[in-house]
Amino acid sequence: MLPAPPLDAESTPFYEAAKEGRFLIRRCTRCNEPHWYPRSLCPFCFSPTEWEEASGRGTLMSYSSVRNGDDPYVLAFVQLEEGPAMLSNMVDCPADQMTVGMAVAVRWVDAGSEKAPCFAPAGG
Amino acid sequence: MTIAGKACIAGIFEHPTRKAPDKTTAQLHAECASGALADAGLSLSDVDGYFCAEDAPGQGPISMIEYMGLNVRHFDSTETGGSSYALQVAHAAAAIADGRCNVALITLAGKPRTQKQTIARGAMPELPWETPFRSITAANYALCARRHMAEYGTTSEQLAWIKVAASHHAQHNPQAMLRDLVTVEDVVSSPMIADPLHRMDCCVVSDGGGALIVVRPEIARALKRPVVHVRGGGEAVKGTNGGKIDLTRTAVESAGRDAFAMAGITPADIKYASLYDSFTITVLLQLEDLGFCERGQGGRFVEDGGLISGVGKLPFNTDGGGLCNNHPNNRGGMTKVIEAVRQLRGEAHPAVQVPDCDLALASTIGGQLANRHGGAVLILERG
Repeated sequence: MLPAPPLDAESTPFYEAAKEGRFLIRRCTRCNEPHWYPRSLCPFCFSPTEWEEASGRGTLMSYSSVRNGDDPYVLAFVQLEEGPAMLSNMVDCPADQMTVGMAVAVRWVDAGSEKAPCFAPAGG
Repeated sequence: MTIAGKACIAGIFEHPTRKAPDKTTAQLHAECASGALADAGLSLSDVDGYFCAEDAPGQGPISMIEYMGLNVRHFDSTETGGSSYALQVAHAAAAIADGRCNVALITLAGKPRTQKQTIARGAMPELPWETPFRSITAANYALCARRHMAEYGTTSEQLAWIKVAASHHAQHNPQAMLRDLVTVEDVVSSPMIADPLHRMDCCVVSDGGGALIVVRPEIARALKRPVVHVRGGGEAVKGTNGGKIDLTRTAVESAGRDAFAMAGITPADIKYASLYDSFTITVLLQLEDLGFCERGQGGRFVEDGGLISGVGKLPFNTDGGGLCNNHPNNRGGMTKVIEAVRQLRGEAHPAVQVPDCDLALASTIGGQLANRHGGAVLILERG
């Protein structure tokens, strides 16, 4: 069980969609750039943004396995197919089988009463 | 406004304690302030500017101004983690140039070793997106190390050389927490904390603090200490850039560019560099960002003693740095400036003093390297 995200008005729609297995990102209505983490104003041009459903696929940009007592975990950056990179955890994969650049796909993991977007090797 | 030549660092003090269960944080701030004033040959009543960061107990500078009995007409409590203090030297220089104060005091203190403190930072907008993933500090920096290894072939052994160099310097510092010489083999065989960073890739955790006195040049020349000029300064914040992340670059890249431009010099002119060393990877990325070596060549630059005083191309952290000496309140920025001033004064330990040290740099980073952090770079010159 992961720690629960402290939800706010900008993040609640994402986590509500997550419960239905839908992975949302936000894209600018003017410059068309997607970004992460989701914000109501585009961090590239300050225009309004809107939700869209993302593929949930990406590549592993970097990772670190953390010796956390009896609860080791893998902190990671994943670059989404749509472009933005995001902080996450890698799951369901031994650390010695991970490589930078490997294909990964979203895997929803319980975080308190929410579902958090972790990643696992694609096709696994 | 340029700050080049507008101010001098006239007083420095590094608190000798590394573990202070019987002192308050406010007391440590005051002891550091007193020490730096004594070093400069100034007194409490001379101080008319005060600079502090989040480690100062209370609301901004208010409580500490009262506690220390300061009577100041200018203050600033810009908070960018461990980079706050180098940044505040530049801010103090600007305030002096602008006529807002003549004698500025900057303090840092804290006791993370003996008193766990939680700081409330409000509703940080990134928390809903990061809290579930437990981005502890060592792992966050490890993400940058892994990426650098993947892009450039950097090795754990090369990173280890940074710790080895720090230990070569720390053996001469009686106040250093870790004074034993270590080898590359020692570092890479120490326990893994957050892959690929080992325990010896991480800095120490220490109680303590430090202080600086920044003054108008006329005042510095009237004092009995060697004159150290502020020649250039730069500051920056680097974040995740809307998801367009480059894990192998830091805020120091643009902060350093600004500092070098203001000073009108190049990296080749620097005789000594204090480089923020929360982790070995922090040092390696700064070497590339500051232009001491080509991008991707940091590993080759540091191996075989590249950072050891008297041996390598660029003597760094001759007090032993955060990796071996001291990282008070988990913030190494103050001690970085202090050791640079010692070098320019010719007051470093003789075994590590850089001959004819006329230009030095202090580069500092605060926050989480992979996610978001501040960077501040100072260039200092012997008078």
